[in-house]
Amino acid sequence: MSLNGKAAIVGAYEHPTRNAEKLSVLRLHADVARGALADAGLTRDDIDSYFCAGDAPGLGTATVAEYLGLKLRHVDSTECGGSAPILHVAHAAAAIAAGRCNVALITLAGRPRAAMAEAQARAAAAGPGKDGRPAKPALALRPPDPDCPELAFELPYGPATQNLYAMVAQRHMHEFGTTSEQLAWIKVAASHHAQHNPNAMLRKVVTVDDVVNSPMVSSPLHRLDCCVMSDGGGALIVARPEIARSLKRPVVMVRGTGEAPKHGMGGRIDLTWSAAAWSGPRAFEEAGITPAQIQYASLYDSFTITVLMQLEDLGFCKKGEGGRFVMDGGLISGVGRLPFNTDGGGLCNNHPANRGGVTKVIEAVRQLRGEAHPAVQVRDCTWALANGIGGALASRHTAGTLILERV
Amino acid sequence: MARKTPKPMVQAETLAYWQAADEGRLLVKRCTACGEFHHYPRDICPHCLSDATEWVDAAGTGTVYACSTMGQGHGEGESAYTLAYVTLDEGPTMLTNLVGGDPSQYLIGQRVRVVFTPTDGHAVPMFTPA
Repeated sequence: MSLNGKAAIVGAYEHPTRNAEKLSVLRLHADVARGALADAGLTRDDIDSYFCAGDAPGLGTATVAEYLGLKLRHVDSTECGGSAPILHVAHAAAAIAAGRCNVALITLAGRPRAAMAEAQARAAAAGPGKDGRPAKPALALRPPDPDCPELAFELPYGPATQNLYAMVAQRHMHEFGTTSEQLAWIKVAASHHAQHNPNAMLRKVVTVDDVVNSPMVSSPLHRLDCCVMSDGGGALIVARPEIARSLKRPVVMVRGTGEAPKHGMGGRIDLTWSAAAWSGPRAFEEAGITPAQIQYASLYDSFTITVLMQLEDLGFCKKGEGGRFVMDGGLISGVGRLPFNTDGGGLCNNHPANRGGVTKVIEAVRQLRGEAHPAVQVRDCTWALANGIGGALASRHTAGTLILERV
Repeated sequence: MARKTPKPMVQAETLAYWQAADEGRLLVKRCTACGEFHHYPRDICPHCLSDATEWVDAAGTGTVYACSTMGQGHGEGESAYTLAYVTLDEGPTMLTNLVGGDPSQYLIGQRVRVVFTPTDGHAVPMFTPA
C-alpha cells in the first residue's frame, strides 16, 4: 500500500538545550513531547500511538508512556540508531493508513554530554588507577552486548565511529578523486546556516582552510569534518490528513518513504555506496517525483562524508560527482543548487543523543511551513526530503528516506 | 604507550577461530553448499543460509581495501593505530589493524600478510606490509 497522502506531520519541536546537566532523559522526552503538542495545537489525550527508539530508557514505549501518562492503542520501538525517527514517521503513516491510530507521537532525546561529564567527575573522584595515571572514564556508556557475534571481530581493532567513516572517505577519494577541500565545503555550508541559529553549538562561519587545517582526527577526516556531541532532543506528531486540515498549521504531507539496512554482507565490503541507494529510490517512486524537484534536503551529517554519500545515493548527482556538487557553496541556501541542513545540522547545530534523525525532519518541516530563519528560508518551499543514516556507514547501518510536500 | 588490544568476546560458534589464532593460523569459513567464503565466521552461511559451513586455513595474505589512522588515540599517552579493511586472497574483506612500519605509508591496494597480536585472552589477527 502506498503511504503517499496517508498522513501529515502536524507538530515538530526541537529542544533548545545542548547541555542537559540538570535534565533527566525522561524529562527531555517530556519537554519535546509538550513542545510538539503545543506546536500542533493538540493535547496529550489526542495522542493514541507512540514511537521511540533505543535512546528511550527501560522498556522504551512503556517507560515513556508511563512518565507522560499516555493512553495508547499502538506502539512501535523500531531501533536503528540515528535514522529511527525517519522510519518512525513512515511507520506512523502506515499505522494510520491501516486504521490502527490517528495521532502518533515520536520522541528522541538524550544527554551524552552531561553523562560524559558525570563519568569524568566520577573518574576524577576515584583517584589515580593502579598504574598511577589518572583514571579514564569509560567512553562507552553501555557495555558491549556479548550476544552480538560481530563484535569479537571488530572491537579488538578499535572501531571508533570516526575511523569507520574515515575509511569511507578514504575509499571515496581513492575511487573518485574526491578531496578534503571538497568535503570541507559541506562543513562550510553548515556553518553559514548555523550562524543564524541562536541554539546552534557552533555558530562561527568557517572556511575551507579552517576545516582542512583543523586537527586530523582519523585520516583523512579532520575535526571539523565531524558533528558535534550534544544533549537535547526533538519530537514529531504525525496525524491523519483530516486531522491535519482541522489544525491551524500548514499541512506537511508524507509523500514518499523508504528504508533499508546495509551490512557487511558476509565480507563483500563495498564502501562506495550506502543503504540510501536502496531507501531513496523507493521513496521517490512512492512520491512520484524526481530528485531534481526537491527544493530543500535534510541530510544526515554525522560527518561531511556522510552527506556526500547521500547526495550521490539519493540521486542528486551521479556516483563519484558529490565532491564537485558541494563545491563553491553548492549546499548553501540562496547560493547553491540544493540548500541543506539550514539549521546548521549535526555539523554545527545539534546531534542530540548522538542521533540526528529527528532534527532532520524538524528542519524540513520548518522549511515547508516557511518557518526557517529568514536568512536561510527557501522561497516557496513545497518539496523537501529528509534522510537518515543510523549506525555506521562502513559497517552496518539503516537508511531512512522521507519525502514531504506542503499542501 | 602502544594501544592495548582488547581481548575478543568469544562464543562457542567461533571458538575454533580464536584457538587457531593462538597457534598462529588464520581460519576463514567456507560453505560447502554454495562454495562461497564469508567473514565474520558463523555456522550458517550468509550467502545461501546453508548450515554446511567448514573452517579452512587461509593463506594469510591479502590487499588493503581501506584504512584510517586515528592520530591521537583514545587517551593520554596512547599512540596512533590504524583501522583497516583487508581483502583476503580467499575473497572476504575483514576488519583489522595494520601494524608495523610507518602508518603514513599504508596505502589502498598494498599487499599485506597476517600477524598475531597477543591479548589478555586469545590472540588477534592483524596485518603488516608483505
